Amino acid sequence: MSALVVAPVGLPLVVAAVLLLAPRSTVLARVLGIGSTGLVVVAASVLLARTLTGEVPVVQVGGWPAGIAVVLALDAFGALVLLLTASVTLLGLVYAVGTGEDRDRTFTPLVLVMSAGVSGAVSTADLFNLFVFVEVVLIPSYVLLTMARRRQRIAGARLYVSVNLLASTLFLGGIGLLYGVTGTVQLGQLAGVAADNAPAALAAALVLLAMGIKSAVVPLHSWLPGSYSVAGPAVTVLFSGLLTKVGLYALFRLWSVLFDGDRRFLWVLLVVAVLTMVVGVLSAVGAKAVRPVLTAHMVSQIGYVLVGLGLSTVAGLGAATFFLVQYVLVKAALFMVGGAVEVRYGTDVLSRLGGGLVHRERWLAVAFAGSALALVGIPPTSGFVAKLQLATAAAADGPWWVLLAVVAVSAVTLVSMLKLWNGVFWGDPPPLPAPARRASATLVGPPLLLAAGALLLGLWAEPLLTASTIAGGQLADPSAWVAAVTR
Amino acid sequence: MTAAVAVGVLVAGGAYLVLQRGLLRVVLGFVLLGHAMVVLVLAAGGDRGGFALPGNGAGAPADPLPQAFVLTAVVIAFAVTVYLLGLLRAGAPDPDADPDDDARGPS
Repeated sequence: MSALVVAPVGLPLVVAAVLLLAPRSTVLARVLGIGSTGLVVVAASVLLARTLTGEVPVVQVGGWPAGIAVVLALDAFGALVLLLTASVTLLGLVYAVGTGEDRDRTFTPLVLVMSAGVSGAVSTADLFNLFVFVEVVLIPSYVLLTMARRRQRIAGARLYVSVNLLASTLFLGGIGLLYGVTGTVQLGQLAGVAADNAPAALAAALVLLAMGIKSAVVPLHSWLPGSYSVAGPAVTVLFSGLLTKVGLYALFRLWSVLFDGDRRFLWVLLVVAVLTMVVGVLSAVGAKAVRPVLTAHMVSQIGYVLVGLGLSTVAGLGAATFFLVQYVLVKAALFMVGGAVEVRYGTDVLSRLGGGLVHRERWLAVAFAGSALALVGIPPTSGFVAKLQLATAAAADGPWWVLLAVVAVSAVTLVSMLKLWNGVFWGDPPPLPAPARRASATLVGPPLLLAAGALLLGLWAEPLLTASTIAGGQLADPSAWVAAVTR
Repeated sequence: MTAAVAVGVLVAGGAYLVLQRGLLRVVLGFVLLGHAMVVLVLAAGGDRGGFALPGNGAGAPADPLPQAFVLTAVVIAFAVTVYLLGLLRAGAPDPDADPDDDARGPS
């Protein structure tokens, strides 16, 4: 059991080291990278099945006594996020075979280190280890961002690294202040501390601010479009599935444990969530290429997830968990379709593409249509179930303007998805010259699989709904997790 | 008290530099901010003096945990700063730099 908890962190790190030492071979990197990530997916599935029964697997790494050891623990929310990020990493690695990005020999090791960091961040029970694991995620991402041969990549990377360095500095300051006030950084021992201790609440707020920057919450979001637009297609898919999600995970975990879902501050979260939704979706309206539209929507979807946190009820947190899972999958599919168009036609600017690709790229068009419908929230896709859950929870416990924003932002999302559909796929056969070869299965397969998944999660939503409700319940009352990590 | 003043001065200087135009100054600003956080975390361990070793005869030993934190954080911040300096030199010149900023060198 303990090996299962450690494997998602340890296995990718070991494989990354082996790949860097082994002779240069793209085939070896593909086999080991995809194989080890597949094993992590299996481990995460087993862990999820265990945590859904209410069990919290804990490992005191190295056998040190509690309080000294590095503690890794997973509850249902952690295991669900772990399974989600591992699956996106797996499909992202397969997709990178199609885009050819994995021919760079450092690509696969960097992605593996990044996924190890994500696994560590979602399973650690110590604030300082969270800081370290977040850095383990970020440092490979700095290199991956500059890998694409794009003109703007250095400028984008400067922005990205600077913003994240500032956020990490704030994070460290928050941890220092929290340690000064309470004398510990173990999350289990810090449970509820910010709810009844004003200095600790201030220090924890600094940590939340740093996590807000990393998860691109309005008004701290403006770095995201500038830096994500310079990365390669597969790197963008991985970033969208892993990076801001670590920030979101930390926001949920810290709010649930440190603040104990304190109802006095919930209005702040709700205002931030609605602003994030509205600003994100409106900035997509003016964008003129596929990727900027999708990154702007990423900001808006983060707002949706935060609505659940702002409600902090079992229904709200469960809806947010469901939303998070389905939106990460759908977003990855959309980025994959946009990246495939870019790889095949050399551009994703709508005016240069001129539409009509449905005549040539039938399967890409199917994948786009399916995932775009899920992003908007049209039945019978998973997006519909997610938004229905969220709207129901908001109507039950939130102010009226939250419900209004949930519905109105969906309508505006439809507008920009239609713009992409018309600009890329619909219409007469395109003026662009057709690529010599047909799109490879590794380029088209992953987005099709994800779009099919979005449909399946909508038609057969029961298992994920049950899992996310359990996860929401554990977030609303984290006492089982707290007891497990302090034992 | 000394630590509080030191953190204040470092944060003030760092914030001033981060808000400047040239990327080199921004990087130096991050270095100052990083040092400020180091002092802050060390101060969070309390003002017991002495080395973090038991039985060194100089009263209660200092809290070792913040020192371990700081060691880790310094390494990470150093690595990221060096990478940022690499990005400063790589590729196109920094469009935001002052025209008379000669720190970039010939490019």
